[in-house]
Amino acid sequence: MSTGWSLFVIIVTLGMLAGFSWLVLNTRRIQDPDGANKLNDHEFDGITEYDAPMPEWFTWMFLGSIAFALVYLLLYPGLGNFPGLLGWSSTGALEQDQRRADARFAPLFERYLRTPVEELAENPQAIRMGQRLFGNYCSQCHGTAAQGAPGYPNLTDGHWAWGGDPEQIRATLVNGRQAAMPAWGPVLGDDGIHDTTEFVVSLADRDHDAEAAARGAEHYAQNCVACHGPEGRGNSALGAADLTTGVYLYGGSRETIAASLRNGRNGMMPAQTGLLDEARIHILTAYVYGLPKRHNTAEHE
Amino acid sequence: MDTEDKTNRHTGPINGFTHDKIERHTGLMVVLILVVISFGGLVQILPLFSDRALTEPLDGMQPLTALELEGRDIYIREGCHVCHTQKIRALRTEVERYGHYSVAGEFVWDHPFMWGSKRTGPDLARVGGRYSDDWQMQHLYDPRSLVPESNMPAYPWLFYRDVNNRHTSRKMQVLRRLGVPYTDEQIESAADDVAGYTEAEALVAYLQQLGTAIPRR
Repeated sequence: MSTGWSLFVIIVTLGMLAGFSWLVLNTRRIQDPDGANKLNDHEFDGITEYDAPMPEWFTWMFLGSIAFALVYLLLYPGLGNFPGLLGWSSTGALEQDQRRADARFAPLFERYLRTPVEELAENPQAIRMGQRLFGNYCSQCHGTAAQGAPGYPNLTDGHWAWGGDPEQIRATLVNGRQAAMPAWGPVLGDDGIHDTTEFVVSLADRDHDAEAAARGAEHYAQNCVACHGPEGRGNSALGAADLTTGVYLYGGSRETIAASLRNGRNGMMPAQTGLLDEARIHILTAYVYGLPKRHNTAEHE
Repeated sequence: MDTEDKTNRHTGPINGFTHDKIERHTGLMVVLILVVISFGGLVQILPLFSDRALTEPLDGMQPLTALELEGRDIYIREGCHVCHTQKIRALRTEVERYGHYSVAGEFVWDHPFMWGSKRTGPDLARVGGRYSDDWQMQHLYDPRSLVPESNMPAYPWLFYRDVNNRHTSRKMQVLRRLGVPYTDEQIESAADDVAGYTEAEALVAYLQQLGTAIPRR
């Protein structure tokens, strides 16, 4: 705020308070010493009205409010550019709060950062913290129990599209992932899609039409093998799905597999690096790394 | 009636000026009321017009594209602002959850603001880029297919309705008059820019740019 505006605010604010004080002090009336209330000078059909003064406590409340305002304006920012004797500001209060929280959690985070992911995944306190972080940053897609949804991987089943090592999980969190399965509809045509679907189904040892699958195998060898590999085991460097497990990211029905082949898929995991610092990424990595094991333990219990 | 009481009614300390006088002259009362209530506006609002931090956009900020602008109007039409705020307060827990607190420069081209006042759903001030386009589409179509606990309504009709582009250019002209720096080319091509997009796509385009003018941390 420029000095001119600052002065304007100060003068108007203090002037207003002075005006209020003057108004209250000069219009108050004390109860007459003889205790008798006056009558107003209007009269309707013989009905008259007392002209009782404002109760004294009410006057004192007025004056008290004005005094409070003056003290407040002295302590807190309010008078133009005057920052107040306490030096309070909303960003200052935020930073103070953040510093306090950092100081409280820093030793814990430092200890966790020195702990390898495999070990941290066994630490109940770290897992509880990881669960909170997961709830805020991951559960919208992967589900509160990390059970996933069509198009969003289940993280408890031990199948990892981009790899399940701590370093791979960390890379997924930090940088995000962008999968790119091209659309094969225009290349393969309807018959080709049908045959290739049969072959993909056969890779997971499911019931299939052997004749169609044999034709599909040729399409597969030409178009799919580069990413999904000769045996259909996928490639975690590309996020290419392992087709032999019977676990499907988008669903395992023939219609869904055919749709994936026809239209392609562009699964995307957003990078969390702008949202989470190193320590939180580390805790979250440990939480996700330990999910399949904890899931199995919970199921057996 | 006691007539003596009438004659010495006024016992205020200053002769002639008492509340009684104000109460008996309505014109005077109106003027004084206006003076008193104008103080608040004079002090609170007037100086803000000259504060550059409050009136100028952030560095590098771009006005909404035609598609994002139509998406914003769908956001308003569907009442998203009734359940979602777009204002992150400077509180640690909010900054922790949603990202950097909102700053005034982000909103200078918002007519009207979408700050909202109630969070049935989460704040959306920095939702841009937080989820993939696919997620946003799926979530608008059927929120519970992704978040089983969600109580957000589904908006399936956005997927078969195309954006109405009859007024897109006109809207941008009006916004330019209000200070949003749209170029002639942008206004001219606006109708074509949004043609053929569904309402859902427009809405997602709007959501994906929310709060991206400054880093989230």
